Amino acid sequence: MPQPLIRIALTGNPNSGKTTIFNQLTGTRQKVGNWPGVTVEKKEGEIFKLGYHIQIIDLPGTYSLTPFSTEEIIARNFILDENPDVVIDIIDASNLERNLYLANQLRELDCKVIFALNMADVAKSRGYKIDAKKLSQLLGVPVVFTVGNKGQGMTELLETAVEVAQKPLSIPEERRVRYSKDIESAISELREFIRSQGDVPLPYNQRWTAIKLLEDDRIVKDRIKEATGGKSREILNKTEDLRRRLMSRFDDEPEIIMTDERYGFIAGIIKEVMSTSTFQRIDMSRNIDLVLTNRFLGFPIFIFFIWAMFQITFSLGAYPMEWIDAGVVGLSTLLDTLLPSGMLEDFILDGVIAGVGSVIVFLPNILLLFFCIALFEDTGYMARAAFLMDRIMHLIGLHGKSFIPMLMGFGCSVPAIMATRTLESRKDRILTILITPFMSCSARLPVYIVLAGTFFAANAGTVIFAVYLFGVVVSILSGRLFRTVLLRGEDAPFVMELPPYRMPMIRSLLIHMWDRSKLFLKKMGGIILAGSILVWALSSFPKESRYSPVYEAQIARITGAYAARIQTADPPEAERLKLEQEELIQKLSLAKEAKRAENSYIGRIGKVIEPVFQPIGIDWRGSVALLTGFVAKEIVVSTLGVLYVAEGDAESEALRHALKRSGITPLSALSMMIFVLLYIPCLATVSAIARETGSARWAVFNIGYTTAVAWGMAFIIYQGGRILGF
Amino acid sequence: MRLSQMREGQTGRIQRIGGNSRLRRRMLEMGLTPGSEVHIEKYAPLRDPMELVIRGFHVSLRVEEAAEIEMEP
Repeated sequence: MPQPLIRIALTGNPNSGKTTIFNQLTGTRQKVGNWPGVTVEKKEGEIFKLGYHIQIIDLPGTYSLTPFSTEEIIARNFILDENPDVVIDIIDASNLERNLYLANQLRELDCKVIFALNMADVAKSRGYKIDAKKLSQLLGVPVVFTVGNKGQGMTELLETAVEVAQKPLSIPEERRVRYSKDIESAISELREFIRSQGDVPLPYNQRWTAIKLLEDDRIVKDRIKEATGGKSREILNKTEDLRRRLMSRFDDEPEIIMTDERYGFIAGIIKEVMSTSTFQRIDMSRNIDLVLTNRFLGFPIFIFFIWAMFQITFSLGAYPMEWIDAGVVGLSTLLDTLLPSGMLEDFILDGVIAGVGSVIVFLPNILLLFFCIALFEDTGYMARAAFLMDRIMHLIGLHGKSFIPMLMGFGCSVPAIMATRTLESRKDRILTILITPFMSCSARLPVYIVLAGTFFAANAGTVIFAVYLFGVVVSILSGRLFRTVLLRGEDAPFVMELPPYRMPMIRSLLIHMWDRSKLFLKKMGGIILAGSILVWALSSFPKESRYSPVYEAQIARITGAYAARIQTADPPEAERLKLEQEELIQKLSLAKEAKRAENSYIGRIGKVIEPVFQPIGIDWRGSVALLTGFVAKEIVVSTLGVLYVAEGDAESEALRHALKRSGITPLSALSMMIFVLLYIPCLATVSAIARETGSARWAVFNIGYTTAVAWGMAFIIYQGGRILGF
Repeated sequence: MRLSQMREGQTGRIQRIGGNSRLRRRMLEMGLTPGSEVHIEKYAPLRDPMELVIRGFHVSLRVEEAAEIEMEP
């Protein structure tokens, strides 16, 4: 017989230790996904205990259930519409007053609630004593003490939850939140009116509905319209009358008055259940902040932390990256010997393995980065970083927290875009995602090194720096533009808690890190794989060009001619001839490959789109290189190598000579660098954008916008430069 | 006097909260209610935002948001 199912929802303020308790309750048996339609993380866990199949859903951390932010709407709708058997509200015992606000909103919802007074040890050390029995009595809600990071109270919490789930809901009328006389009478009048309308199918409990209507709750109003049809108009009109009456009575909006009265109710409870001893321990957190957000030290320390995060992510990450790279190379060498050469081999080696390899190689970076971010978040430093940077970020219309993702963009846009998950407001998140790709990622650097190194030899460093700076400027300007045109609307209030510093738990850091990295691997893998196979196919077919036989004949002729000469020559002369022969054959093979590439589908596409790139000084070879750069920016250099008939890598002298001979001028090289800086981010980034914004539309928009900006800027630079006579 | 005009280390009581309804609501829900005591812990290095201590916890506000809060004289 299957065990009966109990569904438990966890709610609580941010920083109340909710995630820790969730991890304690469910262990590692977690399912991480997104809430439908939004990119807020949804976590679920399942356990079999006490004879029940217990499903635990971790709702987003919120301060209230007023449906303003996405998180609040998710949490409230889940409780209202999914009817979990029990709601456990995690309350930070060291911060009882504010935490009771959400707790009371839950009680008003008429769901079965349990309070977990968490971090009881911290509260005690601060000199707070809480009378749990009295609290439970006064509010009519079971109360359990827990210490999440030590796993204390978990069994009792589960037992209480199971017990409550089986009992009928009962909050005695006299234990409810009471408002002042005027508001209570407005509530009863509205209830009376709704009742007088006859058989109105209200979606939710009547008192709560009346309260929410008086608070002008957008979502409840919509639901009433859906549920009651024609009668909603009268109900909403009546509501407006009552709201106007209350407004003239209090000279303020009813929702403000009611919030205030809820805090009044809470203050009364606090007086009864909490005693503060005069013994005050030193507040560690405050002392740490004396240094970390100090007027003079704050920024240097912040810059140091960011520097350290970069070092860990990209320098430390470089070692495992090398191993993975070596592994990928090793695998393809192995397969090279095992598989018969031919199309299948090409497909597996150059298409599949190269494609998957190009993604998996980022894994160490991603793991380390998310570890650092989890560390910032779990210790409470993230809020301080936002506190320090907000002034600067606010200039672009962004929240202080946007700084970290944008900075990460210099490393790699993919983790940077995923790091925007720390932003609460959806608009801020989208805006940050859209401008982050302009921060020049490390994969673009090889392109600059080749072009700047070749055409601006002495000033290469300065030119590259200027290109980076240009990216930052474009990103800021785009931010301002989007804020005023696309993502308009008032800024989300900055009002942000600076939670006390906490010792992070390694287990929770690891879970955090792995959850996010898993998503990266799963989703990116598929798209990248498909994309690289497509580019591989376009660039390797057709296999032969019209000129292939000509080159082959030439190679055969040279081989024959040299073979005869080598045979007759004395040993040192034969050595010299052999080298000469190899050199000639190599040259011909490269030329043959270049002709083939020109004739391949992607080469033909390059020729077709050449007119588009001509005004910015890029020929068909450059166009093809830029096209292949869509898969990954590093590829631009190797494609240039193939097309300009030379061994292609950033250090290669041969490529530099070939580029110099090819008619590229310093001006068109600069134009190309600017284009590479700004145009379509790579495939991995585009799919990250689609995923993190929750819509392919933003990804398409980003492709269009970046490419248009890139072309526009390159055009101005190239044509402007020509007019100026460069 | 407005909250934004207070100096580091000062303490005062909130009299009234203005601003658009979303901001007011958010501030109220964080416990910045009329009558509650606010201590100005510090201003950020760039003088914006500011850090307050209220009801025993720390919260940061932008100066422009703090300008909407009228303090008791």
